[in-house]
Amino acid sequence: MKILKKADSIYDIFDRKGDNSPYVTHYCAGCGHGILHKLIGEVMDELKIQERSVMISPVGCAVFGYYYFNCGNVQTAHGRAPAVGTAISRAEDNAVVMSYQGDGDLASIGLNETIQTANRGEKIAVFFVNNTVYGMTGGQMAPTTLIGEVTVTTQNGRDPDYTGYPMHMCELLDNLKAPVLIERVSLANPKKIRKVKIAIKKALKIQKEGKGYSFIEVLSPCPTNLRTNVEETEKFLNEQMEKEFPVKRFRDRSKEVEKVKREKSDFSTENLDKIFNIDRTKVVEPTIDPSYEELNVKIAGFGGQGVLSAGLTLAQAACAEKRQVSWYPAYGPEQRGGTANCSVVIAGDTIGSPVVESSDILIAFNKPAYEKFSQNVNENGIIFYDSRIGEIDVLNNIKTISVPVHKIAIELGVPKAINTVMLGVLMEYGKKINKEISKESFHQGIKETFRSKPKLIDKNIEILEAGSNWARENLKL
Amino acid sequence: MVSQMVKGNTAVIIGALYAGCDCFFGYPITPASEILHEASKYFPMVGRNFVQAESEEAAINMVYGGAAAGHRVMGASSGPGMSLKQEGITFLAGAELPAVIVDVMRGGPGLGNIGPEQGDYNQIVKGGGHGNYKNIVLAPNSVQEMCNLTMKAFDIADKYRNPVIILSDAVLGQMAEPLIFPEKAIEKEIDNSWAVRGNKETMHNLVTSIFQDFDQLEEFNFKLQDKYELIKENEVQYEEYFIEDADIILVSYGISSRLSRTAVDITRKEGLKVGLLRPITLFPFPSERLRELSKKGAKFIAVEMSNGQMREDVQLSIQSEDVKLVNRMGGNLIEMNDILRKIYEISNYHKKLKDTHLQDNEEENIEDPKRYKGFEEEDIQDCKFHSIIN
Repeated sequence: MKILKKADSIYDIFDRKGDNSPYVTHYCAGCGHGILHKLIGEVMDELKIQERSVMISPVGCAVFGYYYFNCGNVQTAHGRAPAVGTAISRAEDNAVVMSYQGDGDLASIGLNETIQTANRGEKIAVFFVNNTVYGMTGGQMAPTTLIGEVTVTTQNGRDPDYTGYPMHMCELLDNLKAPVLIERVSLANPKKIRKVKIAIKKALKIQKEGKGYSFIEVLSPCPTNLRTNVEETEKFLNEQMEKEFPVKRFRDRSKEVEKVKREKSDFSTENLDKIFNIDRTKVVEPTIDPSYEELNVKIAGFGGQGVLSAGLTLAQAACAEKRQVSWYPAYGPEQRGGTANCSVVIAGDTIGSPVVESSDILIAFNKPAYEKFSQNVNENGIIFYDSRIGEIDVLNNIKTISVPVHKIAIELGVPKAINTVMLGVLMEYGKKINKEISKESFHQGIKETFRSKPKLIDKNIEILEAGSNWARENLKL
Repeated sequence: MVSQMVKGNTAVIIGALYAGCDCFFGYPITPASEILHEASKYFPMVGRNFVQAESEEAAINMVYGGAAAGHRVMGASSGPGMSLKQEGITFLAGAELPAVIVDVMRGGPGLGNIGPEQGDYNQIVKGGGHGNYKNIVLAPNSVQEMCNLTMKAFDIADKYRNPVIILSDAVLGQMAEPLIFPEKAIEKEIDNSWAVRGNKETMHNLVTSIFQDFDQLEEFNFKLQDKYELIKENEVQYEEYFIEDADIILVSYGISSRLSRTAVDITRKEGLKVGLLRPITLFPFPSERLRELSKKGAKFIAVEMSNGQMREDVQLSIQSEDVKLVNRMGGNLIEMNDILRKIYEISNYHKKLKDTHLQDNEEENIEDPKRYKGFEEEDIQDCKFHSIIN
């Protein structure tokens, strides 16, 4: 055999069939894949994109695409080629990514990936080989099988009452805004095959220029599964397939659109530090202090009362104080209105459980919280509660303090800030039990909690002071 | 060094970014969504790639694509999503691609709930998808480790060209602790010897997991097993706490190990010789160390929030079924008393056992339930009645 002309983008020798037949593809006689491979290879040559090309082969007859395409090759799971292509295109902006898929792969198991990738306008070219059957698995019905067509799973012909109708992928994708090129072509005869190549060139030029998503549906013969001879095959394509799937260019926006913009990845320490507000000149690291006995705090109330953020502010203050600390939130399925509580453990050494089962300090913002958690306050522990809770059962050995948080918050014009008032009380109480967290650390905690709302920082510091003042005057321990 | 109060889920993204992770592909699921949120916020800030995928399958296949291009890539999910990702994970293993996936475990099976559980152990540690493959599995137990082990995961993934899964849970994801930030950011050099990047150097590379020839595929499978043996030799990591003289050893990972640590502190104060062995790598599992300790005569209690999935690995390690289990499921955390009671039971520490609210007559029953004779007549009647109803 003498080869007169061959694209560089197609390998010289095909290993798939072994040494005896190095020029024979694994495809059946009369199959459309071989023609399509050749055309794609020629266009890769003509556009000089061979080195930039990444061919993604699907699950199906074209699974062995990498025996033929002389470029980077990636083989993927059934139907997932567009997702894989998305990632390669995002990671390697200069790559020309091609996804080569059959009808079962693209329109059935991978339909979601197909539509979503098109809708995102990813920079990939999709070649969709529509031959109306699952080829490799043995000729089962595909989403594109024609009405009345006999396959191994529609033995009396496809019946729409049971199996629906053929899926028109070009028409489906044409509803989306992002795709740049959508075209259906046919391999029915040499004249039409020339048009296929023009379409491929258009699709790959769009990729070469980085302009976005192109989709080429190729009506292709599968004489093995259709059980047809040459003449019948051509007739099937011309008269039946093209009738159901009209050959046409659905859209071409290649002249209107610009190159898709992708940012360059930045791996510098400097810029990461910047986005996380890291100041490496400051040293804040938890210290080990075995003399400091662990303090377990439980804060509980309704969701939306600032229960979790109070705990977080306390934890941040303890962190600024260089203590070991953990904060753990627990809340019902409802984001607001349900019950919420959080655990804060402050310690001088490595913290075991971050979940406070029995607390040294309980802060209760409502009655259910008081009732639920007051039973698990340690001996010599203390409970601070919102004075609006009203009558409560006082427990033995546990100090129970009613704090007019709401009154204080209203006086300062922010009725919602009851949590910050309570933090002020805690700040003062800490001094009395030798667990002081400095005012500066609390301020730091507030600053971090309100990092995204800096206007509220000063007001909350004022409210913190008010809570602290109240405690200084009223706490008699 | 600088530290900030950071949530576990955020710490994952901080670790990933400093480790030079270039792409994040994810899909929303509680309680892992915060990882997705943080990725969507921070990745684009430094020009890196973030895609919210249309499904967990698409997300993991994007991870496959990014990994095939040789970039550091990751994804994150929770139980139901991890089940969906198994397809992509076996393909990653089959194509020998490095990738990092975080599983923030929630309650199962099925939709379960969003509370913390450790019931994904078997699916993640034993494989999960089809075929003879293994994931390397790292189990953090603090916010610091959520960050540090994520960084380490990228290194190991690259070293062995194998998927690495961070097995975390809803508590670790949600809780905040001071995080000491990584010292510096890493930019990983892409390995052009196998990656497919759409350039001249890599144009002859192929990423695939298909081997049509049976013998070739078998050979590849043996090669994978050799790799796993190498990983077992080199990568086992665990933490020991009061192990040397321990008669009773708690084996526990993730959030359960934090509770176990407190249980060790409490029981040590009472004079009991209790220790904690915390596997940090679940595959490879610290089997040899456990075997050594069992030869010394220590008794083992597995503490985990599952039906004893990790316990089976402890049993296999010490080649004995005699491993006690303290567990909760369904989103419930293990309570301290559950662990203490089991320790007291094994050590015959009767006085304390009473304090943990065991009924008096059960206390007598501890050594051998079958020999117990102390039921009151009434109790026996109740028992019978109860069993008839059931």
